[in-house]
Amino acid sequence: MPIRDDVVVIGGGLAGSMAALSAAESGAGVRLISHKKSTLRQASGLIDVLGAVDGDAPIADPFAALDRLPEEHPYRVVGAEGIREGLRRFDDVVGDRYLGSHTDRNALVPTHGGTIKPTARYPVSVAPGLASAAEDTLLVGFRGLTDFDPVAAAAHLEAAGVPFDVDGAVVEFPIQFRDDARTTRFAKAIDEDQEDVRDRLAGTVAAGIDGHDRVGFPAMLGDDHGTAVREYLEDRLGVAVFQIPTGPPSLLGMQLEDQLIDALERAEVRLSTGNPAVGYEAEDGRLTAVTVDRRGQEVPYHATEFVLATGGLVGKGIDSDRESVSEPLFGCHVPHPEDRYEWSESEAFGDHAFARFGVVPDDDLRPTDADSAVHFPNLRAAGGVLGGADVAREKSAAGVSIATGTYAGRRAGEEVAQ
Amino acid sequence: MSDAEFPQSTEPTVQDDFEPVSVFEDGEMDLRPGADNCYKCSVCDTTCPVAEVDDDFPGPKFQGPEQWRLKRKDDVEVDDSIMSCSNCMRCDDACPSGVPLSQMHNTARGEYVDEQMSKLSREYVRNRILANYGTLARLGSKVPRLTNLVMGNSLVQRLNEKLLGITAERDFPAFATRTFREWWRERGGPQVQSEDKRVAYFHGCYSNYNTPEVGKAMVRVFEEFGYEVVVPRQRCSGTPMFANGMLDDAERAASVNVSELSDLLEEGYDVIASCTSCSMSLRQEYPELFQLSGIEEVAANTYESLEYLRIHEDLDGALADAAVDEQAFAYHAPCHARNQGLDRQAVELFREVDGVEMEDVGDSCSGISGTYGWKEEKYETSMKIGEDMFEHMHDAAGEVGMTECPTCSMQMEHGTGYEIKHPLQLLEEALC
Repeated sequence: MPIRDDVVVIGGGLAGSMAALSAAESGAGVRLISHKKSTLRQASGLIDVLGAVDGDAPIADPFAALDRLPEEHPYRVVGAEGIREGLRRFDDVVGDRYLGSHTDRNALVPTHGGTIKPTARYPVSVAPGLASAAEDTLLVGFRGLTDFDPVAAAAHLEAAGVPFDVDGAVVEFPIQFRDDARTTRFAKAIDEDQEDVRDRLAGTVAAGIDGHDRVGFPAMLGDDHGTAVREYLEDRLGVAVFQIPTGPPSLLGMQLEDQLIDALERAEVRLSTGNPAVGYEAEDGRLTAVTVDRRGQEVPYHATEFVLATGGLVGKGIDSDRESVSEPLFGCHVPHPEDRYEWSESEAFGDHAFARFGVVPDDDLRPTDADSAVHFPNLRAAGGVLGGADVAREKSAAGVSIATGTYAGRRAGEEVAQ
Repeated sequence: MSDAEFPQSTEPTVQDDFEPVSVFEDGEMDLRPGADNCYKCSVCDTTCPVAEVDDDFPGPKFQGPEQWRLKRKDDVEVDDSIMSCSNCMRCDDACPSGVPLSQMHNTARGEYVDEQMSKLSREYVRNRILANYGTLARLGSKVPRLTNLVMGNSLVQRLNEKLLGITAERDFPAFATRTFREWWRERGGPQVQSEDKRVAYFHGCYSNYNTPEVGKAMVRVFEEFGYEVVVPRQRCSGTPMFANGMLDDAERAASVNVSELSDLLEEGYDVIASCTSCSMSLRQEYPELFQLSGIEEVAANTYESLEYLRIHEDLDGALADAAVDEQAFAYHAPCHARNQGLDRQAVELFREVDGVEMEDVGDSCSGISGTYGWKEEKYETSMKIGEDMFEHMHDAAGEVGMTECPTCSMQMEHGTGYEIKHPLQLLEEALC
């Protein structure tokens, strides 16, 4: 028999990774298929569970707000216990590199744009910057690094009403890079302490501390040696030092991706990346294989249980053209208004219908058709491909992926064991 | 995940139907739809091994979509930094938006060499020689011992560096005293005849002239599974030519290969290659860059050898009962294997075999990238890129390296002194 596993998970992001880990825990042989490098590289690395409901933000306790979510929200399927199970599994993956598990309450993390993000889990290096701590803050950015404007971010934070003073300062980075150098280039220089950059950086910033209690840098303070870098800077500057999550390419997102891949390898999940899943084979109403396009020919990956975790509109798990919206791999039903002008609102940050587009799960996360019948009894969906949540507005993307991924993976594993 | 999933548009561009070639009547490539898909997330730049160690290299995003836009004005030339791209094609794999980056780079490099590089320059002559390694090897392998002696002479190596800019740091790969094709002829061709299990072996230059043991292993393993193997007339896959912007040379070689292989496809043969750069070239670069009759069919029916067996045979089952002498390997996945989704298959396959310990030495590029690491001015960059891999190899339990790519294996050997094997050789040991 050609390529065969017990469970095949399609999609290598947070939802797919959590599903694969969860299925592997049950003893099943698991393969994870992903097309490209995961979108985690563009993610902030923060784990939000629920930060806003109906424009009411920030939500202090996500669990207390669950029953204010619409009926069709994926959280309603997995419930509070499903979210907790997902978070427990996530905590196992990241170990002591993340904080936040001590409480149900959201932490408030300042972002590179100067907004405040309600977050359930956050990297240790981000912790000293939490907006709930009333400590005067200095944000430092670098000339030439256009990804982060500390002066504008500080002004935004002030305007958001944080209970402390915030100032921003742009300084020269001690090493001269090309004009459009990436944050990763800066991070590497600091990580390897090229040209005594740590010492020189501390010298540059020390002069501006001037009564501030803590200093925030864009997330590029080293990589493998991040802890040592922060300790060194804290020692030299005499104040707390923290990282601010950045946009893509995001170091915190890449580090989370690495941690997930390590966990998948430890769990002996088989990883197949580089080619897109494009179709399937089915017998007697059950899926028997997912086919992967290897430039011209379709190769079947056989399994008994499947998890669809291909992402939403941006991750390309949901597709749209001018007429309709679809789930391209299995052709699962995606409800949407017939009139395209009803897909969106005129306001940029309005309550857009498109944001909630996705497949409709039954009470076991199996995608259903227009008549509420399951497409395949052995297919479950997780993460952005699920409809019913507006994760950007709610600030719930990571939580939905973790909770539904863990649930779908566990259920797939249980079915295999039967 | 939250930021990445923020919907930026109600209508994401999807390019399933995107045919980059032959949009313009005059045959000029139109890569604009690809360029438009770039939303500047810069993930390609963070995965580029050259940009990581060379501050002067602007990275794949500039070389691809940005350069394409700049060049729309007639008076803007291709930036000479394009010659520092090593054609590892990792950017293709990284792009979440389907921008055909390596195709853009290959096209730009071809244009740069055609229009901006002096054909009398030392660099052009040197690159032409390196790109046409197959021709060189054909001559050299006629008198392998003499060639090995001459090329291994340190004076000759220093002359090569002075005159041609080919680094003296590297030892020229030794020619086998008998090429794979000679062995194949003397053996009397295929030993197994089959109507329905048929493969045509694209051995490429290296396993023919330098490591015929890889080609022999391929033949023995496939015959063990009952395949009729044929070895068609063939030329270089074109990989080193793409990487040096010699697109005309590549097209000439491709037309021979496509024509020979097309004929065999009609007789029911699939094409298999043991070198991942060869299979990458036939599968992806050919149809992206050339219009030849039968090119799509050849691309669609070309496989890496191990991949082919995994798809068509119960390889796990065959290996379940196999046992080999105790041995440990430090496995490196070549970039071109990675881009075809083959980077984990060797480790996955051999992990369960009794006696074998396989350790993946991580995801760094080996740095040699075919002819790249042979250029005097690129040697240092090449070794800097490879540093991570060397360290991981030293840390791994195995004292023998393993990879599918001939030049990666040169670099692995050069950086660690380890002997390097091809997965097919281990498969041969386990099954034959």
